[in-house]
Amino acid sequence: MADMISLRELQVQFRAPGKVIHAVNGVNLQVGHGEVVALIGESGSGKSVTLRTIMRLHAERSTHISGALEVDGQDVLSLSPRALTALRGKTVAMIFQEPLLALDPVYTVGAQIVETIRRHQKISRQQARLAALRLFEKVRIPSPQRRLDAYPHELSGGMRQRAMIALALSCNPKVLLADEPTTALDATVQIQILLLLRELQKELGLAIVFVTHDIGAAAEVADRIAVMYAGKIVEQGPAAQLLTQPRHPYTLSLLKSRSAMHKGQRLETIAGAPPDLSHLPSGCAFAARCRYAVAACHVTTPDEQELAPGHQVRCIRIHEIADAVPA
Amino acid sequence: MKSKRDIGGPRQPLLQVSELRKYFPLKGGLPFAANKSAVRAVDGVNFDILKGETLGVVGESGCGKSTTARLLMQLIEQDSGELVFDGETVGSRALPLRQFRRQTQMVFQDSYASLNPRMTIEDSIAFAPIVHGLPKRQAITRARDLLARVGLEPERFAGRYPHELSGGQRQRVNIARALALEPRLVILDEAVSALDKSVEAQVLNLLLDLKQEFGLTYLFISHDLNVVRYISDRVLVMYLGQVVEIGSADQVFDTPKHPYTVALLQSMPSMNPLQRTTVAPLAGDPPNPINPPSGCRFHTRCSHAQALCAQRAPLFASAEKGHSVACLRYEAGSGVHFNHNHVEVAHG
Repeated sequence: MADMISLRELQVQFRAPGKVIHAVNGVNLQVGHGEVVALIGESGSGKSVTLRTIMRLHAERSTHISGALEVDGQDVLSLSPRALTALRGKTVAMIFQEPLLALDPVYTVGAQIVETIRRHQKISRQQARLAALRLFEKVRIPSPQRRLDAYPHELSGGMRQRAMIALALSCNPKVLLADEPTTALDATVQIQILLLLRELQKELGLAIVFVTHDIGAAAEVADRIAVMYAGKIVEQGPAAQLLTQPRHPYTLSLLKSRSAMHKGQRLETIAGAPPDLSHLPSGCAFAARCRYAVAACHVTTPDEQELAPGHQVRCIRIHEIADAVPA
Repeated sequence: MKSKRDIGGPRQPLLQVSELRKYFPLKGGLPFAANKSAVRAVDGVNFDILKGETLGVVGESGCGKSTTARLLMQLIEQDSGELVFDGETVGSRALPLRQFRRQTQMVFQDSYASLNPRMTIEDSIAFAPIVHGLPKRQAITRARDLLARVGLEPERFAGRYPHELSGGQRQRVNIARALALEPRLVILDEAVSALDKSVEAQVLNLLLDLKQEFGLTYLFISHDLNVVRYISDRVLVMYLGQVVEIGSADQVFDTPKHPYTVALLQSMPSMNPLQRTTVAPLAGDPPNPINPPSGCRFHTRCSHAQALCAQRAPLFASAEKGHSVACLRYEAGSGVHFNHNHVEVAHG
């Protein structure tokens, strides 16, 4: 069966005054039907840019996209504006980190869902409202009838995120793109939303790409995890395998920064900062911060190597590094 | 560093907070109405910060963590309650506000918003000491020393503006600025929350080093429980404007007593895809602090709640040495008992 999302050698560049920002530099990612993939990485690693490119949300004039990008068998990069509009919402839907910014403040949440449903389906307002009510029940908003008539600011943070999920699901998409959907939420609410996403995913057979900087959140929902650094996926694999047997030095140190917090001991840090995306170094972008780096790392750009089925790593010294992290 | 400024000796708490209360009145309503509604941001908070410790504060948004921090800094004035800094009441003749502020400094979450974009970072750091009477040349020298101390070479960075620095570098500047007045208490309000994990670790290491070197006391506010556990000696848990539990970091994280603390710890992602959380420990969002629930404020979400919990607010009871909890089940003679059907386990 063909993949739901297929990215091959995807590159995204933004033209800014006086420089070109290389945000995504050759991403290969396949997401199957009903599969949940988490893209993790630090700010500026290109994870959100990759996600938005799947829906072609970047301003056309200042963005240059190359490579191949297919969603549900359609070549997104060559779609006409009309076909693109049909794709958005109907096939692919997206939820964002800050629902208060993503929802329109001057319409009730119910009106926004009704509008979206009627944009894609020829049904009456009453029918659409009934569908909206069912969606609110599905995402478990208490007293849904009343909440449909609420404005976004009248809802609590968790409820708003549920409303946005309802909005995203309103046209029965096959793919849900989630851009840090739980980052702005409190711990006790975050776990509720993660559980809800997992449940809906199973029920509706959604494919989800879940962008987060929180490995913990990724571990809760993802089947597969892809780690991004400086616009490349440096390691991807099945969640359990990647978390227990990380192989790329960057993944290793990311996991260590979380699991090895022992009181009284100094934290292990990754020296330096991520590279400037307008002046990318040659070779491996992580080499300057990598404790295992050798001279060759600064010259050779590492290719993807398959260590186990579905577990790929971009590191030329992968076979010399045998470090293990307690999960 | 046992400084001469240490008045009461090591056993006297650096800051004693008693019955601190701050309500923010809501706009609207009749101007002379008898009971205007208000956000009860901080509602009767008591705790001590001991000399040389790091006191961690955890809780969800709207629980009053940041309002408490701003009250401690006296950036906003409390409605009632008292702060006693090393034995002297803050704002009294013995310790006027200006003098207190020199000894307490704060680092905020947003590293960019808290720096003046039109001042070089060197000037930003030297600003407060100059205001407090240090000659300009000395203040600049001190600023450069501090920059070096927080890991930014003065030759390269002193003349830069905030927008020329990365988030981690800016937060180092904010820390240097907080230290410029040689404070004794530093309040870190989500100071590392906006940083990436790898940068966060660098800043946490720096904070630990500086604490040692300058003999500082920290109040560390964060929603990241892993970080709080790592850095704190004692931990205080807040819920809807009140302290619900306080104890050593090990006590609070290993043997949490308050049902809210238990739920908060269980909400942490398990980090193991094979043993995922299956049931959310708490349903819904925290209630609105405008009309907080009666009695124990947590009773609406608490799985142990009994009839009395809705009527009577719990007092702080000592569960074990150094570990106190505001839950009727721990209050002797309250009539609320443990229900042994529940098993409390915390992972993490």
